[in-house]
Amino acid sequence: MPIRIHIPTPLRQHTDGQAVVEVSGTSVQAALDALGQKYPAITQRLFDNGQVRRFINLYVNDEDIRYLDNLATPVKDGDELSIIPAVAGG
Amino acid sequence: MPTSFVRGLKCRLCGKMYPKEPLNFCTEDFGPLEVDYDYEAIAEVLSRSKIEMRPENMWRYRELLPIDGEPTVGAQVGGTPLIKADRLAEALGVEKLWVKNDAVNFPTLSFKDRVVSVALSKAREFGFSTVGCASTGNLGNSVAANAAAAGLEAYIFIPADLERSKILGSSIYGAKVVGVTGTYDEVNRLCTQVAFKYGWGFVNINLRPFYAEGSKSMGFEIAEQLGWRVPQHVVVPMAGGSLVGKIPKAFQELAKVGLIEHARCRIYGAQASGCSPISTAVKNGWETHRPVRRPNTIAKSLAIGDPADGYFACKVIRDSGGWAEDVSDQEISEAMVLLGRTEGIFAETAGGVTVAVTRKLIEQGRIPRDEEIVICITGNGLKTQDAVAEYVEAPVIIKPSLEELAALVDGAAREPVLV
Repeated sequence: MPIRIHIPTPLRQHTDGQAVVEVSGTSVQAALDALGQKYPAITQRLFDNGQVRRFINLYVNDEDIRYLDNLATPVKDGDELSIIPAVAGG
Repeated sequence: MPTSFVRGLKCRLCGKMYPKEPLNFCTEDFGPLEVDYDYEAIAEVLSRSKIEMRPENMWRYRELLPIDGEPTVGAQVGGTPLIKADRLAEALGVEKLWVKNDAVNFPTLSFKDRVVSVALSKAREFGFSTVGCASTGNLGNSVAANAAAAGLEAYIFIPADLERSKILGSSIYGAKVVGVTGTYDEVNRLCTQVAFKYGWGFVNINLRPFYAEGSKSMGFEIAEQLGWRVPQHVVVPMAGGSLVGKIPKAFQELAKVGLIEHARCRIYGAQASGCSPISTAVKNGWETHRPVRRPNTIAKSLAIGDPADGYFACKVIRDSGGWAEDVSDQEISEAMVLLGRTEGIFAETAGGVTVAVTRKLIEQGRIPRDEEIVICITGNGLKTQDAVAEYVEAPVIIKPSLEELAALVDGAAREPVLV
């Protein structure tokens, strides 16, 4: 079973309309690299000079990766990786 | 005259323009969108006298608020008192102090009525019939009440461990209140997913650019109530970090359209030590905050560990020459008591945070004792009574007899104790 990456609505124009993209990889970074290989236009939306953009949050199974090991956070088959815009609340 | 001076939404990072739509972030870089106004056109039509002729509520500044046509929600919001707080000033050892008192805002006793009236007026313009929010309490109360009055269906998402009175204060209006076992940030993340999935009008998600503008009315009122000028220092509580940016923005807009001479004012942010991502960043000189995973403070309305506007709050404080501080739960409760006993204002825990931080900044010498200070009280103490329960004396019980009272009054003259 692969890793399932959940794509927010505004980015789906870069994933042929797919809400979920399945990839394989052993870390968040590797999974997002694999996503970028499938859909190259998405990489520059997510990263700025190799860093995740300031107003994007990434979650592995609903846990914010900043409280785990950031991009080095390990992932395994069956994990859910969510890309969520950070400008909300307050 | 145009009914709106809004040109569209603009990304705060890359400047890309968007039409007026329920969208809170740039699809290029995820930066926050902000309402973009035609200030030249506003300057042509707006004057002090025109504003002064209008009713005393937030809509007297309507040209600088992002609605099309008449407000349809919250027509009576705002117009709260700015109080010259001489007794509190004396207690803090300063000369000129005012309290902007949104603890008596209408209808739900917090500054959130300002943002919600804009957000729900926009929700109606956009045709939403269901609205919602992620809330630490006050926002939920305001969305629930204003949605009820507007005939909108409302979903309120809160951390499940909120104060009872803040939960009841949403349920009473018939809103569907969803308690989520987790922190505010987890509630917020869930709501972002819900907003995408169900297409509801979430006031602080897809309606956020409009919503946040409502906070400016607190700043407009402060300037007008001071006689069309700004104070030298303003102290603002911080949760998501939005209000602390909107007060100076309000001053700058008033200057831009020629209603005040200048907008020079130092901005200070107040947080609780149990959840102080922004004040910690400011004190350490960081460019932005580091999120706090498990906030732990009695100031639950400020308990946002990962503030959406943390980066901008740090910047606005730094650029203004201000500072930020944070205070313990005990200092918060004591400051609530102090405000009550000096000014007769019962503020919620966030107000205790603001008063206690003001005292700290004065004692540190960061705010000079002889300059003008305005502190922003954003919520009402009746909603957070547990925070001061241990700090006030229980009533004395007597029989209905003059003798018993006389014994009490003459015997042990009870001076109110300032804790």
